[in-house]
Amino acid sequence: MERRCPYAPPAEYDRIRAENPVSQVELPTGKRAWVLTRHEDVRAMLADPRFSSDRANPQFPALVDNTRMREAFKPSLISMDPPEHGPARRAVVGEFTVRRMEALRPRIQEIVDQAIDDLLAAEEPADLVTHLSLPVPSLVICELLGVPYADHEFFQQHSGRLLSRETTPEDRRHAVDQLTGYLDKLIVEKEAAPTDDLLGRQIVKQREDNNVDHEALVSLAFLLLIAGHETTANMISLGVVALLEHPEQLKLLRDDPGLTLSAVEELLRYFTIAELATTRLATEDVEIGGVLIKAGEGVIGLSNSANHDPAAYERPDELDIARGARNHVAFGFGAHQCLGQNLARMELQIVFDTLFRRVPSLRIARPVDELDYKRNSTVYGLHSLPVAWT
Amino acid sequence: MRITTDVDRCVGAGQCVLTEPAVFDQNEADGTVVLLTDEVGGEAAERVREATHICPAQALSISD
Repeated sequence: MERRCPYAPPAEYDRIRAENPVSQVELPTGKRAWVLTRHEDVRAMLADPRFSSDRANPQFPALVDNTRMREAFKPSLISMDPPEHGPARRAVVGEFTVRRMEALRPRIQEIVDQAIDDLLAAEEPADLVTHLSLPVPSLVICELLGVPYADHEFFQQHSGRLLSRETTPEDRRHAVDQLTGYLDKLIVEKEAAPTDDLLGRQIVKQREDNNVDHEALVSLAFLLLIAGHETTANMISLGVVALLEHPEQLKLLRDDPGLTLSAVEELLRYFTIAELATTRLATEDVEIGGVLIKAGEGVIGLSNSANHDPAAYERPDELDIARGARNHVAFGFGAHQCLGQNLARMELQIVFDTLFRRVPSLRIARPVDELDYKRNSTVYGLHSLPVAWT
Repeated sequence: MRITTDVDRCVGAGQCVLTEPAVFDQNEADGTVVLLTDEVGGEAAERVREATHICPAQALSISD
């Protein structure tokens, strides 16, 4: 369903939520699935271990046929259920604690400053997506995984190709192969001499636990690359548009930089760009919102609808950066809630703070309703964002 | 207000630490919750209540 105006959730969400909050739909694959639209129901479903994340299960309500990706990789965290999921998540979640993310702050600040230097050195109008939104998360992932500086360009080039709409399916497969090959080789090198970064520490940990699994590390590295790249990039672009389009909100933020944390939460709630990540499969009969969902039936917890539920938020379609919207489900809920959420928060805070401070005259160089939105992507966002500042 | 945690349920999302860092911390090894104090009052109690509500694993509980 398309978003309105152009970034509010589809109007149908309000209607379905009011009239038939737990209803069934037919998916593009021909399968049927339940759709949950209320904040309370989406939270209840995601917190309930009777709903499975096993995307390899043929009954899983996939929106597209992803057989090839499933064959290429070992199941990663997002597809695991108990009892495998808990220990696998715990093995890596220590890398994403609030304290560890705080330690990355100075390096992320450098990356953001460098990207803004590059943007300001470009000819106007310049594309914010190319100069800022994509390079920042890409270089932060390089930093986190311990990709050597000399390989940054290769890494960015292929991950950019993987994510670009211009890429043909064949070139995309090629980019997946190149990146997987690269990560495989990188991990082999780190196995020979473990470095002090996420992958190096995972290797040491696997050895200590007598649980050496090279393929699982390649799969984890690829997941972190994909999950942390386009999502953050799209939130940067959309956040910049939303703040420039709400000058009174931007002024609040400029007058009180202490509001950035709350502004990031509100932007996450407002856009909820990965609304289909919260899809599950019932493994037992479960009642949700007064409706019996039977074992074997698929469920889509429509997080964008949940985050615009008037029962959970006053004036839900209004952007209010001072709202303090901490209970949103933009990162999901339950045991699978986004592993990298505190990294994403930090990147977004630093980008918005630095960009609007360093480039106070920033403006969008095209009417907002003519921008190139990712209307039919799994992750909502912008393909490009022409901006000017002089 | 008294706080108890269920470390077995905890998924290390760190939402509690973001909400009330004077009460919650995370274990460096596996990201799970560490309580810095199990009794709070005043404004901190409100933030602990919020942390309990937003915890994705529902691993925190409070009692008066």
